[in-house]
Amino acid sequence: MSEASIPTTIGRSSPETTAAALATAPGFRARHLPTIVLAIVLALLPLVLPNAYYYDVVIRILANAVLAIALNLLIGYCGQISLGHAGFFGLGAYGSAILTTHYDWTAPSALLVSAVVVGLLAWLVARVILRLKGHYLAMATLGLGIIVTIVLTNEASLTGGPDGMSVGDMRIFGLRLYGEKVWYPVFAGLVVVAVVLAGNLVESPAGRALRALHGSEVAARVVGIDTASFKTRVFVLSAVVAAIMGSLTAHYLGFITPQVASFHKSVELVTMAVVGGMASIWGSVFGAALLSLLPDLLAHFEGFETVIFGVILVATMIFLPRGIVPSLARLLRREGR
Amino acid sequence: MLRVENLTKAFGGVTAVSGVSFEVTKGTIHAVIGPNGAGKTTLFNLITGVYTPSSGSIVFEGSEIGGVAPERLAKRGISRTFQNLQVSMNLSAIDNVMTGAHLGLNSGLLAGMIGLPDLGGRERATRIRAAELMEFVGCGAYVAAEARSMPYGALKRLEIARALMANPRILFLDEPAAGLNHTETHEIEDLIAALGKTGITVVLVEHDMKLVMNVSDRIVVLDYGKKLAEGTPAEIRVDPDVVAAYLGAESEGV
Amino acid sequence: MSQFLQLLFSGLTVGATYALAALGFSMIYNASGVINFAQGEFIMLGGMVAAVLTAAGIPLPLAVLAAIVVVALVGLLVEKLAIEPARDADITSIIIITIGVSMIVRGVVEVTLGKGGRALPHFSGETPIAIGGATLLPQSLWVMAVTAVVVAALALFFGRTRVGKGILATAHNRLAAQLVGVDVKKVLLASFGLAAALGAVGGVLIAPIATTSYDAGLMLGLKGFVAATFGGLGSGVGAIAGGLLLGLIETMTAGYLSSSYKDAVPFVLVLVILVVRPRGLFGLGPSERV
Ligand SMILES: Nc1ncnc2c1ncn2[C@@H]1O[C@H](COP(=O)(O)OP(=O)(O)OP(=O)(O)O)[C@@H](O)[C@H]1O
Ligand SMILES: [Mg+2]
Repeated sequence: MSEASIPTTIGRSSPETTAAALATAPGFRARHLPTIVLAIVLALLPLVLPNAYYYDVVIRILANAVLAIALNLLIGYCGQISLGHAGFFGLGAYGSAILTTHYDWTAPSALLVSAVVVGLLAWLVARVILRLKGHYLAMATLGLGIIVTIVLTNEASLTGGPDGMSVGDMRIFGLRLYGEKVWYPVFAGLVVVAVVLAGNLVESPAGRALRALHGSEVAARVVGIDTASFKTRVFVLSAVVAAIMGSLTAHYLGFITPQVASFHKSVELVTMAVVGGMASIWGSVFGAALLSLLPDLLAHFEGFETVIFGVILVATMIFLPRGIVPSLARLLRREGR
Repeated sequence: MLRVENLTKAFGGVTAVSGVSFEVTKGTIHAVIGPNGAGKTTLFNLITGVYTPSSGSIVFEGSEIGGVAPERLAKRGISRTFQNLQVSMNLSAIDNVMTGAHLGLNSGLLAGMIGLPDLGGRERATRIRAAELMEFVGCGAYVAAEARSMPYGALKRLEIARALMANPRILFLDEPAAGLNHTETHEIEDLIAALGKTGITVVLVEHDMKLVMNVSDRIVVLDYGKKLAEGTPAEIRVDPDVVAAYLGAESEGV
Repeated sequence: MSQFLQLLFSGLTVGATYALAALGFSMIYNASGVINFAQGEFIMLGGMVAAVLTAAGIPLPLAVLAAIVVVALVGLLVEKLAIEPARDADITSIIIITIGVSMIVRGVVEVTLGKGGRALPHFSGETPIAIGGATLLPQSLWVMAVTAVVVAALALFFGRTRVGKGILATAHNRLAAQLVGVDVKKVLLASFGLAAALGAVGGVLIAPIATTSYDAGLMLGLKGFVAATFGGLGSGVGAIAGGLLLGLIETMTAGYLSSSYKDAVPFVLVLVILVVRPRGLFGLGPSERV
């Protein structure tokens, strides 16, 4: 298609219209300032983190943030739910663990191969199940995650069964990644990269297409958006990101159990994306931070963690249905006027 | 440019469109009219690929398009609006219009992530063009608005702008004036007439007879899924079958 | 042959409880379009409350009745406090809400009744009945008989009573139901109460055979969801058929193939069914209109 076929008689350009149009584009500041702030904060954080425990807390937040951002592309932007994403995370984690432990592969090649295999699997599954809508899709993805968990639990000769298995350190370019302080910059870098890439994506024609198909699938198709292809590609993208994060997390933790792929973990990921804010990248970052910290914060309430966790979920969805970050952003904007 | 032959669509027991044939000449404005439930929207859905015909054929510029998916038809220059609004309320107004340019832009995920489509000012040009079209269809006041905060009438125009953004060769408008007041209906009439002058082929479904009679070159009348009559506005106005069908519908209070 | 019969018996027993769970899912889905991920917790709660009460010396029939009433009240409370305020939220948000509710229920049970497993006494003894070389626990008969009675009662309820018809009408067309004077809000409330009570019945019936604990609801709920999807969300017949089928397939797999993979079978099957029939075996929603 070429612009040449635009009948020039339709619509007229005027400086006012052009100015009004350009004013709607997100400005440099709005788009990049928060990212720059995030990068600076992450760079300075080691100055104030007192010990390995705190590094660990932050690393867990960072890893979850990347996962939540990728999942939010699917749920928040594309409007497709997945209740089985921890399955892909688990496959990545165990892929790396098994290939490096039992088959002496190098960590980077194990990570790559796991990611590619998960990508293929996700693609196959997506072609079939993304035809499903709403609850049927929820059921299918949920089932997928549970199947993965059960396989990981039962194939004990490879996976160590329910007790889990240990994973060696990651070596890359002769560098040995070991300990919280070494892993911290890796995860911090990944978060910044994820925020930048996802930010670009959602503002691109592809991102617009995703949001459009969420709003009205038939309208999107009529303007030429291949909705099936977009859903599939985003599903694969988020699955591959989950697999890569799974591999890295496995090496970082040094020990994994089938719980990494559990329904509970899947729900946790969805919750981060949704509570933080659907279709909001910063919401995902915030959601990841909140839900990663919550168990620690609630540890004082002996026994009541689950209850409070549940109450927070329900209350957020009722009182801030778009999620915390978008709802607050709206409030602030209204205050500002 | 478009030839529909013996087109039929049945939903279970209901035959919504039954053996309809007609032809649309390039560069003309064609209207499809008929009482509620006559099958007009279904006809549009068949031609634009939303539904697959039960039988019959649809030939567009020499090739059969019956059952071809809407996204493939978009590439061939078929565009449309909807009777019940299909606007993405989670997008801004201008983003909705910009989606119309989807096929002309690089929509790869990886390309999008590294910011490729922005290069060379394509996005910028698309945005400006979208604002121009919004102005053209008469919702220029909403360039900076969120779709969900727009009134109904403006959203109907927004759909037209989005459809135009795709540079269609043929444009289907399903009840563009439905729910609009007198003045707005007039403006839509002028808009359709203006579109016709630019050489775009327009096919429209509309209940407002004054509008239809004023802008159309040819009219097809459907009743209970069947073609009741076809002709110029002058011919349709005096067609006894049409008059009977409409009077009948009115006396039933439909 | 006797092994087959044995598996058939236990399959039908488990299947009956899945059917009750699936009916609960379908009922709420019909009335509100919501999949209630807390349905499994209703089942767990029913078993737990009855077990605690009998352990405290309350006679079994009374304990069972009390458990069902308590759980029904919890169901009403859930609808009032968590579902109704979020009427306009989208599917994903509502799924999250019901998951949140399930955490609350599970958490409260964990804190108040503890983590240990509990068993309910069998309703009428544990002497197995021998049939064709296989044995059948009296409790299994209870499970099947009560399920049958419940199904019959539901059929009457939906076919004959005003509330029942109201729920069906709402499921069919919310707006139209509202127009002809059905109080949609009350219907929603009733469907939650009823679904919770159904869950409790299932929980009470199965608790003597399988010990129950605070975390038993998750798997039961998921299986019920699978059974409901199997049959087609919202279809009553589908829920019962789906439940029984699921129970049978699961026990047959455990008996003949691999007991470690028996939990995976429902999920594999539901995937296959959804691929072949995206609306389940008996589901027939309208195609989307534009
Ligand atoms: N997806 C569908 N499934 C079943 N029946 C349908 C479907 N779409 C349309 N129908 C039926 O087909 C018939 C024609 O409907 P259609 O919407 O095409 O009429 P219409 O001429 O556009 O009416 P209106 O002027 O009210 O818009 C109606 O009886 C309608 O109920
Ligand atoms: Mg119509």
